[in-house]
Amino acid sequence: MAEASSVSVAFVGSGGAGVLTTGGMLLEAACTAGWNGLLTRSVGPQIRGGEAAAMVRLAAHPLECHTDHFDLVIAVDWLNAHRFAAELPLNSRSLVVSDPLGGAVPDFVTTAGARVIEVPLKQMSKTMPEWRANMIALGAAARLLRMPDDALRTSIAKRFGAKGAAIVSANVSAVEAGAKAVEAQAFEPRLPAPRAHTGKRWLITGNEAAALGALRGGVRFVAAYPITPASEILEWLAPNLPKVGGVLVQAEDELASISMIIGSSYGGTPALTATSGPGLALMIEAIGLATAAEVPIVVIDVMRGGPSTGIPTKSEQGDLNIAVYGLHGDAPHIVVAPQSVTDCLFTTQWATYLAEALQAPALVLSDQFLGQTQAAIEQPPDIAFVGERLKAVEFATPYKRYALGGTGVSPMAIPGTRGGQYTADGLTHTERGIPTSTVADHRAQLDKRRDKLDQFNYGAHWATIQGAGDVAVLTWGSLTGAAREAIAIARADGLEVKLIAPRLLSPPRPKEMAAALANIKRLLVVEQTHSAQFYRYLKAHYELPANTGVLHRAGPLPILPSEIHRALMTGDPA
Amino acid sequence: MNAESQCVYKPSDFKSDATPIWCPGCGDYHVLLSLTRALAELGLPPERIAVVSGIGCSSRIPAYTNCYGFHGVHGRALPVAAGLKVARPDLTVVVTSGDGDGYSIGGNHFLHACRRNIDLTYIVMDNHIYGMTKGQPSPTTEPDFDTALSPGGTGLRTFNPLVIALASGANLVARAFSGNINETVSIIVEAIRHPGFSFVEVLSPCVTFRPDQKAWKNRVHAAPVGATDDPGRAARRLMTDDGFNLGVLYRGDRHPYQPSVGGGTCDLSEMEKEFEI
Repeated sequence: MAEASSVSVAFVGSGGAGVLTTGGMLLEAACTAGWNGLLTRSVGPQIRGGEAAAMVRLAAHPLECHTDHFDLVIAVDWLNAHRFAAELPLNSRSLVVSDPLGGAVPDFVTTAGARVIEVPLKQMSKTMPEWRANMIALGAAARLLRMPDDALRTSIAKRFGAKGAAIVSANVSAVEAGAKAVEAQAFEPRLPAPRAHTGKRWLITGNEAAALGALRGGVRFVAAYPITPASEILEWLAPNLPKVGGVLVQAEDELASISMIIGSSYGGTPALTATSGPGLALMIEAIGLATAAEVPIVVIDVMRGGPSTGIPTKSEQGDLNIAVYGLHGDAPHIVVAPQSVTDCLFTTQWATYLAEALQAPALVLSDQFLGQTQAAIEQPPDIAFVGERLKAVEFATPYKRYALGGTGVSPMAIPGTRGGQYTADGLTHTERGIPTSTVADHRAQLDKRRDKLDQFNYGAHWATIQGAGDVAVLTWGSLTGAAREAIAIARADGLEVKLIAPRLLSPPRPKEMAAALANIKRLLVVEQTHSAQFYRYLKAHYELPANTGVLHRAGPLPILPSEIHRALMTGDPA
Repeated sequence: MNAESQCVYKPSDFKSDATPIWCPGCGDYHVLLSLTRALAELGLPPERIAVVSGIGCSSRIPAYTNCYGFHGVHGRALPVAAGLKVARPDLTVVVTSGDGDGYSIGGNHFLHACRRNIDLTYIVMDNHIYGMTKGQPSPTTEPDFDTALSPGGTGLRTFNPLVIALASGANLVARAFSGNINETVSIIVEAIRHPGFSFVEVLSPCVTFRPDQKAWKNRVHAAPVGATDDPGRAARRLMTDDGFNLGVLYRGDRHPYQPSVGGGTCDLSEMEKEFEI
């Protein structure tokens, strides 16, 4: 039997059929047994009754993205599954488990030449009370993957324990029935033996990781307005913030949520909100205010397909332009982008630290893929980035809130502090904060706000730079994982490729980027936008090699390692 | 008397050295004077007070006080103040606005600030016109008032901010006239002392674009009956009065919204256990 480096499994069913639960439990069981993996979800816009797919990829090593085909698909039903055709690439070695009562096998399965077997999941589920088709599907998948029974039982006990022993045992028997139904089936790809792990591992989504990163960074006030796919950040924080002495307020709209966090931070409490593209568009004016009034705030944008309402449940990197350039006037601010589920924690924590240290707004550009992917990760170390702003405690008369000189970061008086009274203002102001329209004051404050960001030492965190060679992939955000995997495949083919992925998108780092690109003869830019926003951003700020190709595509289909690998090997990004 | 109120402050202790940009004769000078007198009467130290505003003539007030000030973007003073007060319940937060800033671009925040009932005092200087942008109609401009942007008038009925505040849950509703300084001082004092969201509409004439409002001083009068604790009754009175009844018109007893802050002491590593495999 063939040992694969990873195995990919998808569960398909109409919304409410429970396939997302099934996928989550398979991942959890696999991780309990020592494997690594990730789970992404693909759902339609409907709340109930639409299409849903849980896509699980498992391996011995940690994973950051999907690969170019699925080895196993289990369909509880095929209702609207044709909408997933492009997201579920199959080949002739794929095995498809289909319920004969679940509708006709769609064309994309038969066209791919996948082997289809029938298992009457629904009919079986009716033979026992408390049996569900999705749990029978879980049992079938676990058996085909040769997953140890005890790992699955642990997962069932964890998920259903609160509902009592009868429910747990019903689910165990449903899973066993599913396993029995496929025990005679051959399934080729075999997962490599799981690794022994010394440290603790977590199963976490990027949205949860970002929320935790915010708390580690010192955020203690959050204003929330619900939006897909960012709501989980807010929903995780709502019950958890009070445990650390913080508070979350639901705002009436994004204009209010951004304003509330500015108010909180003006009062000295580090503050954050999370949104997606449409919400960010509404927040932009106030982010400019935070720049001008020098109020630290953190805004997470979990990007989705755009423009306008776009595709709320699917991923894209199209908010790069608005995040970097969207503010009116010359408004220097920080834009950072996490590069993996794990990195959502670090990057959000770092953003909080930078916002506080630089008294400026920091935007975190996550996306639906990172935010809603659940992955097994090594427990992230608690690093020492806790937001600490320079506070004014002693005051000259008069106090100059926006004093020039030094690093450009001027001590900020916190309301309640005697002698520090000033007015934070979005109007161009003097060093004291008094409105002015003189040429000298305007220029001095613009310089101050630019210089404090430009001259700051961001350290090695500004980018991920790995590998050597004179060929490089330059990418960002959630595509970093796919690029890393493509580079590993290229290395096996004998091509050494360097990875350059800036985590800090604004302010640009020309010197550091020049050093990273110094010996590069051929560059491949990879991004998930329709109009090559990242490439154009790079061209605006950096010197790129003459031989630079761009692999760019709009969402929602993720750019896969195989595509990046192909572009690297052929030199043709198209 | 507590220790704080024994400390004697003068109105001038709450005034900054900045010179207002307002036109001579503007009602807002009197509102600034009334506010500083009210703060002195309350005996609160200036550094314990934050004055938050949006954009417009009236929104210039924070910088003319010696309190902590926040002069933000158009229409968003209330949510800024909400974030500040929730995170810093120890501060006294006063929000100043105008009829354009507060009722038009900031209208939605007005509804939700009333509904949320955070302990804020919201002073809106209403002159039925956009002054800073030179004379366009606001939600309280009369339908037949002719402007460059609305030749012949808007034809739209006016917005009734006090009734809307009552319907939305404000905990104190009052109307004042900028020219009646003693009365305005006592209304602001009561509004700041009253728990929850206190809404004070101040009729504050714009002598430049609404010279007709100079006649307001002859039209205003004390409300014929005292404040009620019944919002329905207060609303009926306000919908049938002449728009010039002054005084505290409604006093509610709703509990203010104030989530506790700073109490939790959970270790993050405890919280992180939910993710462990």
